[in-house]
Amino acid sequence: MGKFPRYFTIWQKLGLSGVKLTAYLVLLFLMAPILVIIPLSFNAEPYFTFTEGMLALDPSAYSMKWYEEILADQKWILAIKNSFYIGLMATLIATVLGTTAAIGLTSGQMPFQRMIMALLLSPMIVPLIITAAGMFFFYTQLDIAGSYMGVILAHAALGTPFVVITVNAALAGFDYSLVRASLGMGAKPVYTFFKVIMPLIRPGVISGALFAFVTSFDEVIVVLFLAGPEQRTIPRQMFSGLREEINPTILAVATLLVIISGLLLLTMEYLRARGEKMRAGDVD
Amino acid sequence: MSGSDVNDKYVRFINVKKSYDQKNLVVKNFNLDIRKGEFVTLLGPSGSGKTTCLMMLAGFEDVTSGAIEINGKSVQDVAPYHRNIGMVFQHYALFPHMTIAENLAYPLKVRKLPTSEVNQKVKDALALVELDAFGKRYPGQLSGGQKQRVALARSLIFEPSIVLMDEPLGALDKNLREHMQYEIKRLHEQLGFTAIYVTHDQTEALTMSDRIAVFNDGVVQQCSHPSALYETPANSFVADFIGENNHIHGTVEDCNEQTATISLSRGDKVSALNINCPPKGEPCILAVRPENLFIAGPGREFDNVISAEFITRLYVGDSIRYFFKMSDGAQLMVKMLNDQDAPVIDPGSQARLTWATDRGLALDKPADKDSVAAA
Repeated sequence: MGKFPRYFTIWQKLGLSGVKLTAYLVLLFLMAPILVIIPLSFNAEPYFTFTEGMLALDPSAYSMKWYEEILADQKWILAIKNSFYIGLMATLIATVLGTTAAIGLTSGQMPFQRMIMALLLSPMIVPLIITAAGMFFFYTQLDIAGSYMGVILAHAALGTPFVVITVNAALAGFDYSLVRASLGMGAKPVYTFFKVIMPLIRPGVISGALFAFVTSFDEVIVVLFLAGPEQRTIPRQMFSGLREEINPTILAVATLLVIISGLLLLTMEYLRARGEKMRAGDVD
Repeated sequence: MSGSDVNDKYVRFINVKKSYDQKNLVVKNFNLDIRKGEFVTLLGPSGSGKTTCLMMLAGFEDVTSGAIEINGKSVQDVAPYHRNIGMVFQHYALFPHMTIAENLAYPLKVRKLPTSEVNQKVKDALALVELDAFGKRYPGQLSGGQKQRVALARSLIFEPSIVLMDEPLGALDKNLREHMQYEIKRLHEQLGFTAIYVTHDQTEALTMSDRIAVFNDGVVQQCSHPSALYETPANSFVADFIGENNHIHGTVEDCNEQTATISLSRGDKVSALNINCPPKGEPCILAVRPENLFIAGPGREFDNVISAEFITRLYVGDSIRYFFKMSDGAQLMVKMLNDQDAPVIDPGSQARLTWATDRGLALDKPADKDSVAAA
């Protein structure tokens, strides 16, 4: 348990060890439900528990059959396609809207800046079920409930606040005299946006886009309200799977989701580190 | 307008006013004609409106009323990206995600010049500011002075006829600043652009400019050649702001076109050039530069002599500053070269100070402050 300073009393040593132990237990508590599904998804038997063979590390107790099941089942294939299609489209809309909103709000010329910012961020704070119910009634009126468009627009609305926040943070360190310098050298505003502003806030835009994608990818409540059978996403399919046909296919899908989320997280971390490096001025 | 007229009034500010809040004017009725190829400095304390004037000329701020003309044409309706004005910013404003060469190429690429020409010009520009080997580096890898040289080259590379500089040397240390002053001056003489330079550093303004416009409180106090500003300031603000000055308070005894006679608190009567002396009987200020005020001695005595108590002397190196106190408490400073004549005086002893009438200036008394010591 590490080395204690020499002046520590026995009680201080015990106390510090206790704090460290608790921290590790909290970590275990958070991670265990996620980690436990990974070995279970390779279960050869249709159970959600570890078999004796698995505990004995008998290779025949493990199999890839639930993964094969996913690929064989049209419902899962459709759900995967839907999740990526809806996720990408919603991300695209959320990124464009969020980036432009953040730039507009930080330009200093916008009246009621704080109020507008609070409104833009409200989908993050308002309970999702309320947003979902509201969207359901509103979209039914517009006749886009139960369509791809409905789900995409709803997810775009949920993802936009993340983009606003990350782009806003990226703009906090942005030197607006660069814009003036660019205009002064004869570059029009649109050229300036793509050549000067965009490259410098790109890490913020990309991490916002990743957040927006993950939001859409994980989301089930709005989909329950707005999606018809044609628009079922992976979480929605898992939700029905849990109720209708309990077998480890769901665990296999969950494992895939964990891997995808993990990869996105690593990408974000990489971008953040790169952004900081660029601000320090030694990017290559 | 004839050709020479346009060249004499290449850039014109005509009754320009600027207000950000529709209540207070930041710039009050600014008028200035700038000759083609001239180096004009806008000098003033911070918040005096000088940068605002520069931004209005560049097109980044609107003019509240009045007009700005370039080459005989009003520019209010011209977007900043169509004005073709080079600009150097205090914090360089180099694009951090582009190499030095890419930064320099930016205004040329905007103008869609062929690549071969862009490359040649970038190479020439790097040579111009003696940074040939730095093209592939990023701004973050350069020192402050190098960055500002790149910024300067970038503002010149598209051959604008006007270059604006907004406190370009403010972020550099003293030695570098002096070197860059020389560099900017060299480029100005070599390339002949019209330069408008904003600074609050009077030394910088005096050494570099053809003409200086001294700003205070949104108004140009005086616009003249550096020597005229220093030797015959138009009012007490300019006398105080440009260089150091001793201020002696008194009352106007008599004044004519050339000179004014002033009575001091102890009844001494002294005289000085009438600059903007108020009428007889009003309080006024007599300003004498520390290098024009002398300790009277054998063979050195001018028209005016007053007595003062010696306080202390400050050793500066090439010069020595002697501090005196007048009977009304005002402090006076005498600056002398540190040569064999520099006297040694006992603290507390009385000395006689003297100056020539044509080296003293009789000025209005500023309304709000009672500053007595040298600026």
